[in-house]
Amino acid sequence: MQLQSMYQDIILDHYRNPHHKGLRDPFDAEVHHVNPVCGDEVTLRVALKDVGGEAVVEDVSYDSLGCSISQASASVMSDLVIGRPVGEAMTISQAFLELMQSKGEGEPDEDVLEDAVAFVGVSKYPARIKCALLGWMAWKDATARAMEGTQ
Amino acid sequence: MSLVHLDVAAVRADFPALARTVRNDKPLIYLDSGATSQKPVQVLDAERSCYERHNGAAHRGTHLLGEEATDVYEGARAKVAAFLGADVGEVVFTKNATEAINLVAYALSGSGRLQVRPGDEILITEMEHHANLVPWQQLCERTGATLRWLTVTPEGRLDLDHLDSMITGRTRLVAVTHQSNVTGTIPPVAEIARAAHEKGALVLADAAQSVPHQPVDVAALGVDFLAFSAHKMLGPYGIGVLFGRAELLEAMPPFLTGGSMIEVVRMEGSTFLPPPQRFEPGVPAVAQAAGLAAAVDYLNALGMGNVAAHEESLTAHALDALREINGVRILGPDTTKDRGGAVSFEVEGIHPHDVGQVLDELGIAVRTGHHCAWPLHRAFGVQASTRASFYVYNTHDEVDALADGIRYAQRFFGAG
Repeated sequence: MQLQSMYQDIILDHYRNPHHKGLRDPFDAEVHHVNPVCGDEVTLRVALKDVGGEAVVEDVSYDSLGCSISQASASVMSDLVIGRPVGEAMTISQAFLELMQSKGEGEPDEDVLEDAVAFVGVSKYPARIKCALLGWMAWKDATARAMEGTQ
Repeated sequence: MSLVHLDVAAVRADFPALARTVRNDKPLIYLDSGATSQKPVQVLDAERSCYERHNGAAHRGTHLLGEEATDVYEGARAKVAAFLGADVGEVVFTKNATEAINLVAYALSGSGRLQVRPGDEILITEMEHHANLVPWQQLCERTGATLRWLTVTPEGRLDLDHLDSMITGRTRLVAVTHQSNVTGTIPPVAEIARAAHEKGALVLADAAQSVPHQPVDVAALGVDFLAFSAHKMLGPYGIGVLFGRAELLEAMPPFLTGGSMIEVVRMEGSTFLPPPQRFEPGVPAVAQAAGLAAAVDYLNALGMGNVAAHEESLTAHALDALREINGVRILGPDTTKDRGGAVSFEVEGIHPHDVGQVLDELGIAVRTGHHCAWPLHRAFGVQASTRASFYVYNTHDEVDALADGIRYAQRFFGAG
């Protein structure tokens, strides 16, 4: 049975107790993303701050409806990006995207992706990749909008 | 329960896909025929033989292969017409049910006596598949007509209490599903058609989920248009059917235009062939029509009454088995009365995607999500659901496997 490789304990833990969930103020941009296949949705807010001329992710807050994979992925994502410079967070986001496109063959760098390495099993199931990316795509979109707003 | 005269073991032997294994070398338990059915070898052979023996462009040229292709194509039309109790000229081949409905929606915004105008009304229902919903929204946007809809009761039936007031003198068309792809609900289309005709409105039935599963006679239903797809009724992808009453098709402007559908073309303008050719531009999908004809033969040999009885028996079993599971809520009617073999449900505490993933791991193929019926799910107050749908090749053991699979998912996720 491969279920355990997909639903690793890390994923189920984040699903049951999502981190940073709930919408918070203040924020610089808010987006609403849906997965039209299943109707899963996320509303996500990003707050940035300027630290010595560099944009840093001050907060990510979100409200979401969806499956265990999309919920856990949003939780892991918020852990990974909050407190990091936007550029660094975007690099992590890219690494996660590449992991999701790896068809189960990816060898993720745990130093970069931390808990997100648990999603390697998901990349074997094309139908679920969108679930894992929903929160990340919303974060990228919201951050890009927030950056436009601050320029 | 009606006596079932269907030899399921013999039927299953005709479907190559049912012999394969899926994840973890499990046998395939295919409970997603509402999305697309599997295909019997008779249909596959008919398509292949068409390409091997009769591959020419129908309705053009003077060579033998072209003539044979024309015979295959028109023979399929005659077979479909007989299957529906329609005249052969009332059967238009389309790409699928979606295109068939769009054809009507487009024709009603074109010129001619059927033209929908500002202030007119189109009546649909909350139960519709997006294919019988979005084209009408778009028609209303193009024409300035108003879209109205019948709502759904908590039991998943159409609320017909206000039918008489919802169909007004301004209603031009009532579009309704003949069998819900989510709840299996079979609305009283004949009754709705009578009410619509009394007010001078036309009626279109989305029969994508009914023609494959129950005897359908267009005259008995009293509808003006009826649409379905071959691939949900054991046939190939890429071909569907629009039935339209002859005098209506005659009054309708073309939808897609080009070769095959013209009478005379001059640089200044063109005239068009009579129906059904008026609505069939381009080289016809002859092999797909041959496959559809073979599917009709296959279903006729089983007997549509037997098909419906077999599915009713499976549905009754599924409703009983699912009701016994704590935390499972069935969306829609909980008896088989006026209800077909699509059973959608929620499992408390587990998202449908996760239910579907666990079932897939057990070799059980179901549909998860909103099944292209988002407003209906909203009416039930759920975001998505899991759907099992049955057909001629499904067995009672497979229904039991589904119930066991749901319990396994509950244990896996610690729910229920």
